[in-house]
Amino acid sequence: MVLDGVSFSLEEGETIAVTGPNGIGKTTLLRILAGLLRPSAGEVLLDGLPVRTADPRSRAAIGLLSHRAMLYDDLTLQENLEFVARLYGLPNARQAARDALDQVELLARAGDSPRTLSRGLIQRAALARALLHAPRLLLLDEPFTGLDSAAASRLKSLLAARRPAGLGTIIVTHQMHEARDIASRVLALQGGAIGSTAA
Amino acid sequence: MKASLPGTIAAALIIAGKDLRSELRRRTALVSAVVFAALILVIFNFARDPTSLRAEQLAPSAFWITCAFAAVTALSRAFAVELEHGALDGLLLAPVPREALFLGKFLGNLVFVLLVESVALPLFVLFFNVSLKGALPGITLVALLATVGFVAVGTVFSALTARVRFNELMLPVLLLPFMLPPLAGAAQVTAALLNGRPLLESAGWLRLLLVYDITFVTLSLLVFPALFDE
Amino acid sequence: MRTGRVLIVIGLLGVTAAYVRAIAFTGVEAVQGPAQKIMYVHVPSAWCAFMAFSLVGICSGLYLWLGDRRLDTFSEASAEVGIVLTGLVLVTGPIWGKPIWGTWWQWEPRLTSTLFLFFLFVGYLTLRRAMFDPAERARYSAVVGILGAMLVPFIHLSVYMFRTIHPRPVVLNPEGPTMPGAFVATLLFSLSAFTVLYLGLVTTRYGLGRLRELREARHVSAA
Repeated sequence: MVLDGVSFSLEEGETIAVTGPNGIGKTTLLRILAGLLRPSAGEVLLDGLPVRTADPRSRAAIGLLSHRAMLYDDLTLQENLEFVARLYGLPNARQAARDALDQVELLARAGDSPRTLSRGLIQRAALARALLHAPRLLLLDEPFTGLDSAAASRLKSLLAARRPAGLGTIIVTHQMHEARDIASRVLALQGGAIGSTAA
Repeated sequence: MKASLPGTIAAALIIAGKDLRSELRRRTALVSAVVFAALILVIFNFARDPTSLRAEQLAPSAFWITCAFAAVTALSRAFAVELEHGALDGLLLAPVPREALFLGKFLGNLVFVLLVESVALPLFVLFFNVSLKGALPGITLVALLATVGFVAVGTVFSALTARVRFNELMLPVLLLPFMLPPLAGAAQVTAALLNGRPLLESAGWLRLLLVYDITFVTLSLLVFPALFDE
Repeated sequence: MRTGRVLIVIGLLGVTAAYVRAIAFTGVEAVQGPAQKIMYVHVPSAWCAFMAFSLVGICSGLYLWLGDRRLDTFSEASAEVGIVLTGLVLVTGPIWGKPIWGTWWQWEPRLTSTLFLFFLFVGYLTLRRAMFDPAERARYSAVVGILGAMLVPFIHLSVYMFRTIHPRPVVLNPEGPTMPGAFVATLLFSLSAFTVLYLGLVTTRYGLGRLRELREARHVSAA
């Protein structure tokens, strides 16, 4: 048993960080929150509705920004985002993709493949991908990995500026300074349970 | 701007469309598969004793074995592309059922393999000097039936082996036994048709292939979600 | 596991007894001569091998439905015993065949089916060896197990649609057994002995599998 007795709630518009050493179960917790992993007990409620692995629609309002961009090298950024837009049922996929790229200031590179982008730009594209379908909950899984401080602060400011109001955000990280930069509350995982909360 | 989530079939078509677009863009897999098929056909022709075995006797087997190998190499990359940048997680996260993921991949693979087969066929006619006469419709039918069967199981195994060690070996080891019924049927029917036998005579094999297809497409659809069901 | 060991002993004794009976007390077949007596090992092994794989298939399906890890452990045990039995069939087949057919191997239906069964076992066990996370390994092998078990009837059908020179089925024959009663009796006796042996081996192997799981679980919690 990896996690035991983890329970917390997130307000609209709030950002919290979940920290802890490697191997403690942060990724497991994240995958449960995303509806990718079935918890042996307990449940996840988003706006009062349960998020369950068995029900794909319950994931519709969740976005994920991971250290891996989830993009296809053989498609352009525009095509990548159009694909995601269609999967999420957005009415005008082409326009939605363009708008999302514009918001992260990547519209000029819309016709380029992820192969041609630096790591910092790839993560910006990943942010566009995560926010494309206007999620209610955004999960961040060590998104600043591999970014130099300039790229990281760029990503942070875009994140702050482009998040829709009312979006709840949870960032999982083992870097405390990142957690404090972004979050208003920090939950520390210790021994599989939430140890302490700090502001 | 209210989003309406796509149903299973729609989502499958979106995924298949993405795969085909990406494949036609790069074309390396398609070209490699076709060149691979051509090479095998050529080697078959030379790896026999010309005095003891006439080309026509060898032809159907050579063609179908070629298609089998090309299909296995195609299937092994089907899920490999999802491992770049962790794109598979993106698909798993999307609000679409796992069955849609299977159907999408299955359709994409099916189109790809059928494309390779349709290029291999003229090469086969050329290298083995066979005359198709009126056999083409029958061969098309049996090709479709056979390919659907092993692509269904191949899609499941390609997802399974994508994240396993030694996956380039594991996929053929797991998949080849499943290719016996479709390949045997296809080769037998092709041989009969090329010999001028009417299609109706091969009804037994065609029936077997049809039952095989229904069984394994259904079963694959049912067990596929278990691969991601953590 | 104790039950397993007991069953193995009974099984081995049974097999030996069957053989004594086969060699000393059962008649010699007219056409095939003494070589035919290999049948008493070959046929029961084949039946048990196919039974072993059927059980792998059934337990795989049940595992995906119920999630009980013991089903997975049992599948693994059955597969390991099954592959040995299949190997036995593939070795005794040619030994039986050579004096009668004149060649070591014939692509006739039942031997070919058994060969494919062997490949299915190899695939199943090789996959298990390549995976280290127990839950994932159980799920993935279950998928292979079910698909493989469903394939077996299709292999039979495909292979039968080719010509056959294997002796026609002598016991499960619509016209009734075509072997003399004494042969049938010895065969059935041998079959029971082999089944007991199979059960003994699988039970023992299952016990070992459970012990290994317990040890792995303890390592994980101690880490």
